[in-house]
Amino acid sequence: MNDSQAAHGGLDDAELSQLYQEVILDHYRSPRNKRELEETTHTVTMNNPLCGDVIDLLLQVKGGRIADVSFQGKGCSISQASASMMTERLKGQSVDEALALSGTFTRMLHGDPEAAGSTELGDLRALAGVAKFPVRVKCALLAWNCLQELVGPEA
Amino acid sequence: MNTTLALDVDRVRADFPILSREVHGKPLVYLDSAASSQKPSQVIQAMSDYLEMHHSNVHRGAHELSVEATDAYEGARERLSRFIGAQDPSEFVFTRGTTESINLVAYSWGAGLEAGDEIVLTVMEHHSNIVPWQLLAERSGVTLKFAGLTPEGRLDVDHVRSLIGPSTRLVGLTHVSNSLGVTNPVTEVARLAHEVGALCLVDGAQAVPHKPVDVGALECDFYAFSAHKMCGPTGIGALWARRELLEAMPPFQGGGEMISEVKLERSKWAAIPHKFEAGTPAIAEAVGFGAAADYLTSVGFEGIVAHEADLTSYALDRLLALDGFELFGPSTDRLGVLSFRYGDIHAHDLATILDRQGVAIRAGHHCNQPLMDYLGVDATARASLYLYTSRGEIDALVDALHVARDLFGGFE
Repeated sequence: MNDSQAAHGGLDDAELSQLYQEVILDHYRSPRNKRELEETTHTVTMNNPLCGDVIDLLLQVKGGRIADVSFQGKGCSISQASASMMTERLKGQSVDEALALSGTFTRMLHGDPEAAGSTELGDLRALAGVAKFPVRVKCALLAWNCLQELVGPEA
Repeated sequence: MNTTLALDVDRVRADFPILSREVHGKPLVYLDSAASSQKPSQVIQAMSDYLEMHHSNVHRGAHELSVEATDAYEGARERLSRFIGAQDPSEFVFTRGTTESINLVAYSWGAGLEAGDEIVLTVMEHHSNIVPWQLLAERSGVTLKFAGLTPEGRLDVDHVRSLIGPSTRLVGLTHVSNSLGVTNPVTEVARLAHEVGALCLVDGAQAVPHKPVDVGALECDFYAFSAHKMCGPTGIGALWARRELLEAMPPFQGGGEMISEVKLERSKWAAIPHKFEAGTPAIAEAVGFGAAADYLTSVGFEGIVAHEADLTSYALDRLLALDGFELFGPSTDRLGVLSFRYGDIHAHDLATILDRQGVAIRAGHHCNQPLMDYLGVDATARASLYLYTSRGEIDALVDALHVARDLFGGFE
């Protein structure tokens, strides 16, 4: 369906429904790992000045592995759900695995169909619809940019 | 209301070509005029006519086109001066907009201030009436003080009064708040400032588009506003100031246009207003700015004010009836710039969902971060009306909010 076929006032906008899937709204309203963190080894705060989204990412890295992870912050459903879903996936991963995941996720948001089809992403594929909304991509990437900032190649 | 003064919104809408376009396959519902208004054909045509037939540089009068360009530029200044009730066009300085106007005052007039001097502002100021003063405070050590709001969301004039003292040099306030929609009692505040020998600067960016402004009646000393919020082009605005102030102030920028004589050692400044207009000005934009004032005058402010008041009241009736709708600022006696929250849907999500219904609103802090902090919110959605907004567009906004609520599965 394209936009011109969508009737006024209805919910028959496939891209919009894809963007606001139940799983995303669930993470927005009941964020996982939004808490204090014991023995934090890495922490950073990043924001999107234009929209006011803020994410604090906290990592507890032990022996090259993310032993625990949490976040704090405020902002739109996309930024907060992306952060919540990211923390669920990162816990227990090695730093290298986390960065590889981050790369695939970022490519998916930039519209790379191969990345979007990657099974490695799992639940994170729920955020694939953001790629259709270019102004919202930075919302979805905010938490991942925090991760890159903390343990990425330039950290 | 005298029916001969009533505004015919369909006729007004026909003047704005952009209002007939579609966005995402839906008719455009433009509710972001407080950020920037749309332009009527009359303004577009005036600029196009100037560029096609009359353009040259101004004030170089050696040939016919330069005379015509100068007449167009200075003619716009004269009409715009009258438009805001100024008696003398030389008190009317063209700038890039409200922001540059306030920076001009902060740099030029502000150069005479020193540590210990105080500037009183309000928490509802746009960043453009805060940051230039913070920069001045860094340069000269002046102290900034901020007046708060009443519980209803209006300026707390008693607080302003309590902040003004013998060290106050300037009181700066917005005429109309770009988030709360309230009109501030400028004359009352200007008198409080004058009682201690201080000046009063007014940010008129959100006022001039919507109501007749008379700088004399306001009793202020500086008045800044922009063309692009009042149906004119971007890139141009104005600073009005009393003659003796402008004459005493040093130039803001140096270059051509603003000098009467240049020697290698030093130069003499041109008379006002040209002393503050260094370089070739935005001539086509000045023509469009003047045409915008003419357009608003031809539609008539009595009709514009009545139409916007009626529409604001209609919008508030419909919006306040929605479960989960929370308005910022008072619900009566306000202009049609409506900041709100809707359930637990973040403003940015609302803007995306409404955009897909063709409804353009603003989301974020509206260049009002200190006010957002004061209100304890990180972002709000904002729908703003103008003379071309129709009741049908308010209905479209309400329908789009229903869509948002459905997408979010209702509110908890």
